[in-house]
Amino acid sequence: MTDVADETTARVGVTASPATSSPQASATGRASARPVAPAPGGRRGTGSALRKRLEIAFFVAPALLLFLFFVVVPIIRAVQLSAYRWKGYGPLVDFVGLKNYVSVLNNDVFTGALQHNLIIVVASVAIQLPLGLAIALLLNRKMWGQGVLRTIIFVPYVLAEVIAGVVWFQLLQPKYGVIDAMLDAVGLSGPEQGFLGTPEYALWTVIVVLTWKYLGLAVILFLAGLQGVPEELYEASQIDGASWWQTQRKITLPLLGPTIRTWAFLSMIGSLQLFDMVWILTQGGPANATTTMATFLITEGTKRQNYGIAAAASVILFIVALVLALLYQRFILRRDIQDPTASKKKVKA
Amino acid sequence: MGITRWGRSVAAVAAATALLAACAGTGGGSEGSDGPVTLTWWHNGVDEPLNSYFERVALGFEADHPNVTIENVPIQNEELKAKLADALKTGGFPDIFQQWGGGQMGEQVAAGVLLDLTDDVSSELELIGGSAAGWQLEGRTYGLPFSMGVEGFWYNRALFEQAGIESTPILQEDLDAAVAKLRAAGIVPIAVGAGDKWPAAHYWYNYALRACEPDTMMAAGASKSFSDPCFEKAGTDLEAFLATSPFQDGFLAAPAQQGDTSSAALLANGGVAMELMGHWHPGVMSGLAANGTGLGNDLGWFPFPLTAGGQGNAYSALGGGDGFSCSADAPPECVEFLQYILSVDVQTDYAETGAGLPVTQGSEAGVSDPNMAALLAFRNKAPYVQLWLDVAYGSTVGGALNDAIAQQFAGTGSAAGVVDAMNAAAG
Repeated sequence: MTDVADETTARVGVTASPATSSPQASATGRASARPVAPAPGGRRGTGSALRKRLEIAFFVAPALLLFLFFVVVPIIRAVQLSAYRWKGYGPLVDFVGLKNYVSVLNNDVFTGALQHNLIIVVASVAIQLPLGLAIALLLNRKMWGQGVLRTIIFVPYVLAEVIAGVVWFQLLQPKYGVIDAMLDAVGLSGPEQGFLGTPEYALWTVIVVLTWKYLGLAVILFLAGLQGVPEELYEASQIDGASWWQTQRKITLPLLGPTIRTWAFLSMIGSLQLFDMVWILTQGGPANATTTMATFLITEGTKRQNYGIAAAASVILFIVALVLALLYQRFILRRDIQDPTASKKKVKA
Repeated sequence: MGITRWGRSVAAVAAATALLAACAGTGGGSEGSDGPVTLTWWHNGVDEPLNSYFERVALGFEADHPNVTIENVPIQNEELKAKLADALKTGGFPDIFQQWGGGQMGEQVAAGVLLDLTDDVSSELELIGGSAAGWQLEGRTYGLPFSMGVEGFWYNRALFEQAGIESTPILQEDLDAAVAKLRAAGIVPIAVGAGDKWPAAHYWYNYALRACEPDTMMAAGASKSFSDPCFEKAGTDLEAFLATSPFQDGFLAAPAQQGDTSSAALLANGGVAMELMGHWHPGVMSGLAANGTGLGNDLGWFPFPLTAGGQGNAYSALGGGDGFSCSADAPPECVEFLQYILSVDVQTDYAETGAGLPVTQGSEAGVSDPNMAALLAFRNKAPYVQLWLDVAYGSTVGGALNDAIAQQFAGTGSAAGVVDAMNAAAG
């Protein structure tokens, strides 16, 4: 189990890098550009500029080295491994070119896993966004027990994913589990193989558990976003005679836009890299009905010692996550990043 | 955490090249020196009774061979497997170490790190018989088992009686009849932890063992081609059995050994009548039993039934065990130590620990439990003991095989699909 966890964090680390790396790279770029700027001030500047550069190099080097060794090198290694047939020991000799990629992309289990990932990406946003918004709006009203309710909503997110998974696994046991017992009590019966054992329901059951687990994050982020909506706007709308619904639709939602878009981005990346919950609830079963790209590469790599195939799958996962992340940033997040005041102005006008 | 793993693999590959070069240089080890020798010994006996048993073995051998010191290193099972894989990369190989045989051993042989024991252990092989097959490759022996268990149905005598089943099933049709009788009596016939895949896959393994000649199974392992029609017959037989719905509700997601709803707990607590499992099962069950002990005298055992029209030997058994291999550059004392481990006295002592079934003929007296004695008698009769197929065929084919069989259990696979999956994984 620890092996598996190691591997996942490694993969997650790899795939998460585009999000973390670009700001870092631009930050260092900016930093090194700055000392050049005062140079026109005179010759006296060159000595201190050099010193400044050395200083910067000194302080940035450790982080850069870590980044290089633990992010860049593993990515390169994964790409290299993916071109070989390698069983885990001995030198890399059996060069197969792109054959691993062909075999991964032709593998029904992998394409199924990719589909499951995409379903989870869409379903997470489609379910958690309206639900999270509704709860956040509700909890934003002054009322009795507000703090307690907020805590309750957020508790699942604080719970370790593994523990939440084991609890749900027990609840969902067919026949003996709490959920089946409850259904029984009202005269219904769950599926014969249980919710996790029936291929048609398993993925949706996982999505329900994921919703329970991650709804708290959406709610807390939306609540934080709601704090940023200026009180006077509400007052103004009240004076104008807007109803509660109108206020929410015309003022709250547009101003929450940046928060929602950032949350959806996090949700998307998390869904693409989903592993722990699936691994505990179903291990990708029954009959591969709940595999994700991460569970695929873990089974191929650590369980079957097909490290080349696993590396190819991890590179594909990396590319899928990178492309989706870049597209999202290009088309959806851009307006938040470029001109945060633009949307506010629009709303005011 | 992930970081260390990557870092390790980077370092490991660099070291692997150095290791192979080193292996090529040393061949066999020096001959019969009487100077002080140290043998490093890696095994998974961290828990009692194995831990003190292995200690006794080491001390006993040192007493006979004053010039030999045994560095006895017990390592937890999963960690041991990881360390051995690492050792293969980095070269820190012990002289003698635990060996599970099959496909993984084949890879070690291919890497040239195992000592060929064939010529030194012929008398031991004679006493071990069919159980040694898993540690042999193309007629050469690269390790010896010291423990070998076989698989069969563990059953609840009381529930069998309640359903009116008079004798344990011998043929597949007897098993089918027993399943029908149990269902009629309102008893769940069989538990299987198909969520873990391997317990489900073992049904297919057994059907394959009954359908295929031993030579076919061995040749398929070597050539990695599974086109013989007997493999498809295994799937067809399994399909027919699945159609009789012999398993508990929710078997597809059930775990095998963890928690109250695992298949082992169901059998231990009288919830089902049978379960197909290896020799370790009584121990697993007692850990899950509500009363702390399990079924006691109600627990019985019978081998997997015979199927119609199969080419397999009726007495062939499916099983798995533990053995030891010497590394290619181990001193000659390593072989002597291996011979000592397999001597009748040491094996009888092993049997008395109750940790497993001994392999050397003449050590049966150490087995006192009647179920274990039945298992042992069946195994000793077996001319051929097939290792678990996911071990024998290696993890790549084995993983794909288990996956495809699990799909068959879920009703989304087919007999031909299993064969296709194996061939695809091998290719």
